[in-house]
Amino acid sequence: MPYKAFTYRYFSFALSLLASCLLFVSGLQASAENAETDDDHFNAGEMIMEAIADAHEIHIIGDFAIYLPVILYTNDGFDIFSSKHFYHPEKDTTNMEGLAREYTQELMRHKNYIMLHEHIYYANAEGGLDYDPETGAVLNEAPFDISITKNVAGMFLTGLIMILVFGSVARAYKRKPGQAPKGLQSFMEPLILFVRDEVAIPSIGPKKAERFMPFLLSIFFFIWIANMLGLIPFIGEYNVTGTIAITLVLAGLVFIITTFSGNRHYWGHILWPAGVPILIKVIILVPVEILGIFIKPTVLMIRLTANMTAGHIIILSLVSLIFIFGQNSAIVGYSVGLGSTLFMIFMYLIKFLVAFLQAYVFTLLAALYFGDAVQDAHH
Amino acid sequence: MLDVNFGTVIWASIAFLTVVFILGKFAWKPILTAIKEREDSIETALKSAQKAKEEMAALKADNEELLKQARLERDNMLKKAKETQERIVEEAKGKANEEYQRILDAAKESIRNEKMAALTDIKNQVAQLSLDIAVKLIRKEFDDPDKQKKLIDQYVEEASTKLN
Repeated sequence: MPYKAFTYRYFSFALSLLASCLLFVSGLQASAENAETDDDHFNAGEMIMEAIADAHEIHIIGDFAIYLPVILYTNDGFDIFSSKHFYHPEKDTTNMEGLAREYTQELMRHKNYIMLHEHIYYANAEGGLDYDPETGAVLNEAPFDISITKNVAGMFLTGLIMILVFGSVARAYKRKPGQAPKGLQSFMEPLILFVRDEVAIPSIGPKKAERFMPFLLSIFFFIWIANMLGLIPFIGEYNVTGTIAITLVLAGLVFIITTFSGNRHYWGHILWPAGVPILIKVIILVPVEILGIFIKPTVLMIRLTANMTAGHIIILSLVSLIFIFGQNSAIVGYSVGLGSTLFMIFMYLIKFLVAFLQAYVFTLLAALYFGDAVQDAHH
Repeated sequence: MLDVNFGTVIWASIAFLTVVFILGKFAWKPILTAIKEREDSIETALKSAQKAKEEMAALKADNEELLKQARLERDNMLKKAKETQERIVEEAKGKANEEYQRILDAAKESIRNEKMAALTDIKNQVAQLSLDIAVKLIRKEFDDPDKQKKLIDQYVEEASTKLN
């Protein structure tokens, strides 16, 4: 019976989601324990910020982590070593006298480097950090950090998945030309057609869209797969698309392509819009249009980062609720945990949607900007 | 969270551009070309199917027309045959009637002729017989001379009254 099979599948899907949420919670317990300050109070904000920030290791569960290479461009050239040295240093009990405890306890040392909140600094002459007495900001000099961080690794993983998946899809097309798609190919084809027929062609036009298709398809699947990667527990909780440095690159490429493919009509529209009084043109319209060139990709960048990070923050907040209530009483903690878990399942489902939606929105807006840049004069 | 790590920017640029380059060359181009080719071939197939359908319909209409004509022709032929048959029967009937009439007339004529001949014959025979009888009677009557004289007198009388 198809109906029975459907309910069973639906049920097992919900169950597996529940299970993964519970495991996710237990996984986060470890980082939550780290985030407890000396007066033994759980600090939700700190834990969340730590979890969504980039890291030099891929934390899987408990003490198990994949240590990524740290690559520093120092005053004496490149210095490459495993991040394991930071996270598991040889015992060093030197305590910085006179420093606030919250700054000292997370110092991670290796050679003459100190890592605080995943930032690597040169140690000062005493082998410690100098802080601004007013703001608590670190004053030490820092080497240029081009490490393969967690999110860089996540990005590599995304790229690798894309190359494997679409390489195999492309081979499938070559193997049986003109035939109906099968398997992975039939899963990806509607998405490819979606980008082509619903995003690129309506925004750019059927002829000119072809030129931008490789970029649009790449950016769509890159964002979507990276987003989905962030939803899978126990592979490191990547936040690739929530990292501003990465969305900066994506939006920057959109900016570069838009600027370089802009035709006479596009620049004419920006620099000398027709049918407007000259004073308004010079004082308001042209400056606004020129600002717009930069604002558009900036908005792309911020929207994607903020949306993806917000989802992570909500889920982490729901997890934090359990610990906050659990500190007072175990029973309250368990009951809140049940409610939180249900909310988390709900959030996960929304995030599945958002993962796709943000990829779609980014691609659509990029396509619209490209379309603006290459459209023919029509007025 | 919002601080930009330039190391990540460098890696992101390298990684993403590599992905775009590799996929653009080895995946997107062949995939899009294959999809386009398939779409084109499907469109052509659909168009030719439509054409074939139209041709079939035209052929069917032609056939129908032909059938209709054939049917009409058959009906005409049947009608004509029937007419011919009727005419022939009619003609035959007329001829038979005529012949019958002719034969009948001829028969009647010959009967009449025969009858006339017979009647004439009978008349002649009756006249001969009467004459013979009369002769015999007269001979018997005029055996006596008195009687002859008396008759002559009578005739004379009659003739004299006529002359008067």
